[in-house]
Amino acid sequence: MEIVLSLVIGVLTAAGVWLVLRPRTFQVLVGLSLLSYAVNLFIFSVGSLAIDREPIIQAGLQPNLVDYSDPLPQSLVLTAIVIGFATTALFLVVLLALRGLSGSDHVDGAGDRP
Amino acid sequence: MNAWTSEWSMAHLVVAPVLVPLAAAGVLAAIGAQHRRVKAAIGLLSCVLMLATAVALLLWVDGQDRPGAFGVYLPGNWPAPFGIVLVADRLSAMMLVLVAATGLASLLYSLARWHRAGVHFQVLLQLQLMGLNGAFLTADLFNLFVFFEVLLAASYGLLLHGGGEARVRSGLHYIAINLVASLLFLIGVSLLYGVTGTLNMADIAAKLPAVPASDRGLLHAGAALLAIAFLAKAAIWPMNFWLPAAYRAASTPVAGLFAILTKVGVYAILRLWTLCFPATAGGSALFGSEALVWGGLATLAFGTVGMLASHNLARVVAFSIIGSSGTVVAAAGFDHPALTAGALFYLASATLAAAAMFLLVELMDRARGVDPDRPSALITDDRLPSFAEAEPPPIDANLDDLAMPLVGRAIPGAVIFLSLSFLVGTLVLAGLPPLSGFVAKVAMLSAVLAMPAHTGPAGAGALLFTLQVVLGLLAVVALSRVGLRVFWSPEERPPPRLRVAESVPVAALLGLCVALVLAGEPALRYMSATAAALHDPQHYIATVQAARPVASPGGVR
Repeated sequence: MEIVLSLVIGVLTAAGVWLVLRPRTFQVLVGLSLLSYAVNLFIFSVGSLAIDREPIIQAGLQPNLVDYSDPLPQSLVLTAIVIGFATTALFLVVLLALRGLSGSDHVDGAGDRP
Repeated sequence: MNAWTSEWSMAHLVVAPVLVPLAAAGVLAAIGAQHRRVKAAIGLLSCVLMLATAVALLLWVDGQDRPGAFGVYLPGNWPAPFGIVLVADRLSAMMLVLVAATGLASLLYSLARWHRAGVHFQVLLQLQLMGLNGAFLTADLFNLFVFFEVLLAASYGLLLHGGGEARVRSGLHYIAINLVASLLFLIGVSLLYGVTGTLNMADIAAKLPAVPASDRGLLHAGAALLAIAFLAKAAIWPMNFWLPAAYRAASTPVAGLFAILTKVGVYAILRLWTLCFPATAGGSALFGSEALVWGGLATLAFGTVGMLASHNLARVVAFSIIGSSGTVVAAAGFDHPALTAGALFYLASATLAAAAMFLLVELMDRARGVDPDRPSALITDDRLPSFAEAEPPPIDANLDDLAMPLVGRAIPGAVIFLSLSFLVGTLVLAGLPPLSGFVAKVAMLSAVLAMPAHTGPAGAGALLFTLQVVLGLLAVVALSRVGLRVFWSPEERPPPRLRVAESVPVAALLGLCVALVLAGEPALRYMSATAAALHDPQHYIATVQAARPVASPGGVR
């Protein structure tokens, strides 16, 4: 599980960084989204990776990380998803506005040069 | 009111700087755009309340006359490491006052006409102030992230206020940079959480010395990523290429407010670095101090050279903001309380002066004959939106001989006012006597001279001294060049028309700079106490950890 998750985070991050460095605004947007997915998965992994463990305390179980999964990263991920989604949507709006104003989807608003 | 109830109510006042603008923004969002006067009145009321609260907190914190943190508030009524904590200490209180002052000034300025250029200006302004106040008050890392996002999301909207291609293009760059910085912020926070198992800043600082050596690499990587996010927001070289374009493109009152925005990054560095990596932190003592010092010095040099290379006043001021960030970050990196005290004084005076200068930019453009109200200017210059016809004059307005409304009545001596304001701003930004920039500079230079030889990286102290002296001269050259072009050029021009709402905030901000000199001794004493508390984080940690929830909900302790 750790290997799979690390691979996914690594591939998402690499693809995201590549796309953010591209000159087209839509590619930058997709790159930012991929990066935020990678970061969200990364936040998940800092608690403890576990399957079938409770995040909420139950009677009769010792309160330690052997019996429970850490609930805090999950709440952090939830907040980060909401905030990341909202700011990415805002970026999309500005992207469309720039495209409408400059008639080009280059990040500098410049047209294609031969 | 006896001392006990006053203590109790002051503790609850800590949450007011977040709640007041939030409530104001909620009310403002519900009011239609046609009720501009009501919206302006609510916005002004909220800003005045915020300023009063901030000053009250500052006086209260200063009056306690103890080192360390004060005014701990538990919004969820959970004990410290588990729940959310707001802390108002000397540094936070000072930043709150700066936020309220610049916020009130730019709101007042916008009332002359800029608040009509878009629909949700007032709401965004209040949310921006709420994010700033929250970021300065919060005592845990994830809420710092949340408040950062609140203030950034509002700043995206404010930067685009007024429209036009230049704003949208620089806004796109600004948003992209800040989104990437936010992602780095999250990675840093989660690494720190993974290593220490807590998000509370004081708790992290308390647990750092106990981190096993095998985890220290991970801890340092997390701290470094976090620092990159903060330094990008503080516009430290080489992560500051977005700033001059964005601040030049922003509408005038927004640029004035943005003068405090880079200081959030500077504040976060000051707060977290002094808290987590003091000289007593064992294996992590002074981690990254060289990066702060050299990065700050490079930024200072870059900012001043940028000032010299710019011909436009807005760009000159934007580069001076970069330079002031660099100064404070470099000074913090030395881990020397006296130097930090001077840097804090510099931070306060440079922020106020830069905000005033940004507001002055538009007025000086008008003095040069670039009258933004004239339709021809709207066609040739897309910086200004077409709201000249936006609002018909009120029916009961006084009309002059040409049946034009008397809203832009020239105030007497407008040119004298402009040149005097420009002179004061220049003196403060360049650090010349007799104004507050000079006091700050003398405090920093004498601290460098009195510093023990081994403080900071080798040669950095001498370099800081030299740069401060030489670059101050270059800043004078850059600013006076702009001033000469505006005020001493021999063309015949009609006197510019200034509105009272535009002149008062400029005068007030510069008046605060003058007041910082007149009250220089108590102000410097306050800054010294702040710096001493910052560099001795045990008091902060102890006070936060000692905070206990209120026993019964609704009960008075």
